[in-house]
Amino acid sequence: MPYDPAMVRPMKEEVTRLGAKQLATAAEVDKFFAEKKGTAFLFINSVCGCAAGGARPALRIALANDHLPDRIGTVFAGQDVEATSRARAAFADYPPSSPSAALLKDGEVVFFLPRHEIEGRDPASIAHTIVQAFDEHCALAKKA
Amino acid sequence: MGTFHHDKHELHGITVVVDTAGPSLYVGRCDDIDGQAVVLLDADVHEDGSGKGTKEDYLRRAAKVGVWKKLDRIAIPLDRVATLRRLADYNR
Repeated sequence: MPYDPAMVRPMKEEVTRLGAKQLATAAEVDKFFAEKKGTAFLFINSVCGCAAGGARPALRIALANDHLPDRIGTVFAGQDVEATSRARAAFADYPPSSPSAALLKDGEVVFFLPRHEIEGRDPASIAHTIVQAFDEHCALAKKA
Repeated sequence: MGTFHHDKHELHGITVVVDTAGPSLYVGRCDDIDGQAVVLLDADVHEDGSGKGTKEDYLRRAAKVGVWKKLDRIAIPLDRVATLRRLADYNR
């Protein structure tokens, strides 16, 4: 049974206010991945305080980086069940876990951050791992 | 913000590797450790000698990408536990 939407809303907003697009349906996920060219980062959000409580602040730090993905999306595991399942199909070689994150370049997974690499780490440390992937694979972001 | 469980063992929520003196090796999310058993959720089990590589081969892959869940929950008696480590430690 999915979580109460009111309970997860703040956790979703913590990510969407960073510029990530909330993908709530399979159709929205399909649209997000339909564009193959360039880089796309997908964050699988979750309610788990043990890991997601560090991952969301890490994402905030990482998204202040100079090199950024062209597109950033997020699904919420345990809430947007269909969307999460469809998103995971985009990196089906990787066992499902949440929170987790994947960076795709021209439609291919070039970086995957499984849950066990998030657990117990401080946000700055997690962000460092994500930023390394951004620096390696993403272009310089256009600053407003 | 999130869900925390302060009444659980400090490894609660952490993906761990439970090795045994025998052929079985378990990887899963630690739910709790009490005086009797290590309880794992969403766990996988590798059996050495099953033709799927050694424990080391399995752990190398698991540490990189995680594991495919075979068991929703398993309680491993403490007298079967040889070592208990975080999965992430195998990457460091």
